[in-house]
Amino acid sequence: MAEHDFETDGFDFSNVANKLGVTRRTYLKFCAGVAASLGLSTKASLAMAQTIAEASKRPPVIWLHGQECTGPTESLLRSEQPSLAHLILDMISLDYHQTLDAGAGHKVEEIKKKSMEENKGKYLLVVEGAIPVKDGGIYCKIAGETMLDLTVEAAENAAAIVAFGSCASWGGVQSASPNPTGAKGAQAILPGKTVVNIPGCPPNPANFLGTVLYFVTFGKLPPLDEQNRPKWAYGRLIHENCYRRPHFDAGRFATEFGDEGHKKGYCLYKLGCKGPETYNNCPSLEFNNVGGGVWPVGVGHPCFGCSEQGVGFNKPMFSLADVKTHTPPNNFPAIDDRQQESGISPTAAAIGGAAVGAAIGATLVASKKLGNKDAGGDESSSSDDQGK
Amino acid sequence: MSAHKALGGRIFTLPFMILGIIAAIGIYYMAQRFILGMGTVANINGGFPWGIWVVFDVVIGTGLACGGYALAFTVYLFNKGQYHPLVRPALLASLLGYALGGFGAIFDMGRWWQFYNIVLPGNWNFNSAMLEVGLCVALYILVLIIEFAPVYLEKIGAKGLLKSLNKVMFFFIALGVLLPTMHQSSLGSLLIAMGYKVDPLWQSLQFQPLLAVISALVMGYSIVIFEASLSNVSFGGKSETPLLSVLAKVAIGLLVAFVVIRMIILMIQGKFGLIFAGDFSSLMFMLEMALFIIPLFILASPARRQNGGKLLIAAVSMLFSGALYRFNAFLFTFDPGPGYSYFPSASEIMVTLGIIAIEIMAYLVVVKTLPVLHSSEQA
Repeated sequence: MAEHDFETDGFDFSNVANKLGVTRRTYLKFCAGVAASLGLSTKASLAMAQTIAEASKRPPVIWLHGQECTGPTESLLRSEQPSLAHLILDMISLDYHQTLDAGAGHKVEEIKKKSMEENKGKYLLVVEGAIPVKDGGIYCKIAGETMLDLTVEAAENAAAIVAFGSCASWGGVQSASPNPTGAKGAQAILPGKTVVNIPGCPPNPANFLGTVLYFVTFGKLPPLDEQNRPKWAYGRLIHENCYRRPHFDAGRFATEFGDEGHKKGYCLYKLGCKGPETYNNCPSLEFNNVGGGVWPVGVGHPCFGCSEQGVGFNKPMFSLADVKTHTPPNNFPAIDDRQQESGISPTAAAIGGAAVGAAIGATLVASKKLGNKDAGGDESSSSDDQGK
Repeated sequence: MSAHKALGGRIFTLPFMILGIIAAIGIYYMAQRFILGMGTVANINGGFPWGIWVVFDVVIGTGLACGGYALAFTVYLFNKGQYHPLVRPALLASLLGYALGGFGAIFDMGRWWQFYNIVLPGNWNFNSAMLEVGLCVALYILVLIIEFAPVYLEKIGAKGLLKSLNKVMFFFIALGVLLPTMHQSSLGSLLIAMGYKVDPLWQSLQFQPLLAVISALVMGYSIVIFEASLSNVSFGGKSETPLLSVLAKVAIGLLVAFVVIRMIILMIQGKFGLIFAGDFSSLMFMLEMALFIIPLFILASPARRQNGGKLLIAAVSMLFSGALYRFNAFLFTFDPGPGYSYFPSASEIMVTLGIIAIEIMAYLVVVKTLPVLHSSEQA
């Protein structure tokens, strides 16, 4: 049956499946899923699957950490798919990664320099964490060199640069006022270079994987927006794909945590949800690959705009968002009028009750008369069947 | 030649006057509805655009007016001529019920002045169950007028016209069976179209039309029993109980069919547990089922069937059960979404009561002036 799931053009995927410890079917399904979330065809998914399988194409990766909590790496390692980390680490040759390297000290620094020299213009640079620039960048040093110098040096001969996470993309929490270290994103210190930004705190591992797979497969970057975020992942406001959106348009809001509206899943805008000004694909991708609405808005907390520069860590958590799309105009039908509708009036209840009562009463009287007539009056029919 | 006679007698009796007062109040609010708008009189809202005016006056009203339908079935389809004495009063009640139901639909329409569009074929949408109901009810009112016409023609002595009408009457009688079958089942189709807004216990999907027709026939047979019994009590005369008890036997079959089909549907759809959920819907369901099953117990014994009083109680229970079935599905357990609620306003109820009063008054006037009731009924 699995043979018919995907047209594989005769390519044998059993090796890669063995290597990754997943079934061939799971592997191809995963690639198709990634391609679909990128908006690509099944042909492209097959190309991706093939690229990963052909080990000879594995590009070397230099992975730098600056000011951060290692959240992006954590999120990547903890992804559930046929082990995203497994895949990505197998697909690339991770030559230098401060958290994952087995070695330590000057030895790994040497390996990094060697790899960068050998793979000039071919390696992929991933930056994770913000880069402090105040006082010559002395607030973040690795092996005696500042993060600023290390980044500029590594970027010089990189084939492509990816800033993974909000810190690397635009500075993240470190760059929030008063920003004592002068933290900046990778793009800000690498003018003239194209840095692909994958913001988020933490970023969705699928956004990283999809972008890298695209790059490795097609040899070019996916289409980017004006902030150099891949359009496939950051092209839409959270607000646009949010399943609470109809409540927004209808004027149904949760106004405090635990109130009736909150329990009923109304829009969280009035609790400070930043979905209306944050570009990300959380509503459609969610987190942890478990489904069931696992993402902030899905579990009842307003989006706080973690991936959006100037919103996350900058705007107060519960202040109202700037709605980038239109707000419902006043001439929409007044859907929320229903709150003012009149309830049960005593008069109405009395009239209704009297009418039903009169019908039942008249029936019983007539029934008695008829009963007497037919049965010669031996038994009166007073059993009250409708007396409710 | 006819065995039917006008009842004669005073028209302005005390009950007639009391009904007149109720009708006057109803007409006052109806006028207010047309002058000041619907919102001033009715409590209907965006979630409940159909209040009691539609659900009672039209949906249940036409069900209660199915006496003509039920008898047309019995007398003409199964050729049971002995029920002929019951036909004319039943037709009259049907005519009045349907005419006022149609009128009720007009004053429930937000833009009633657009009503004429329903007769313009260019505007028809053949996918609409509403169109079917609207056209079919309008046509059936015409058919009922023609079916009832001999009564008036006898009165004015138009013998020639009467003779030629009787020649083609079979065609209208056939229509009089076909049309209610069509629009009563379409009332069920309306519930299919309402989808999840209809409570799961009442949302039987493809079985809706069947249940609607059976409930219409249940109400039709019971209204004939009800109305004949009340005529007998008010106007005196020979007891019709022997005739009615045979109709009651037919009703037993319909009741059993309805309850059994209903239960089977719930089992097939896996909703049986909802009956015992203990919430409002489940309580309404149990009450409704009780009203369906009580007449079964009453009518099961031939002795009780021969007792006019018991028969009437069974008939009223059936009327209530059919009405409650439709009320529950269309209104009581209807859930249009969070935040909506509906209870009719006093003025809204008065309009409905006014219409019922007008109906009874018209019935009284007609039976007293036209040869409707069978002469054997009269002392």
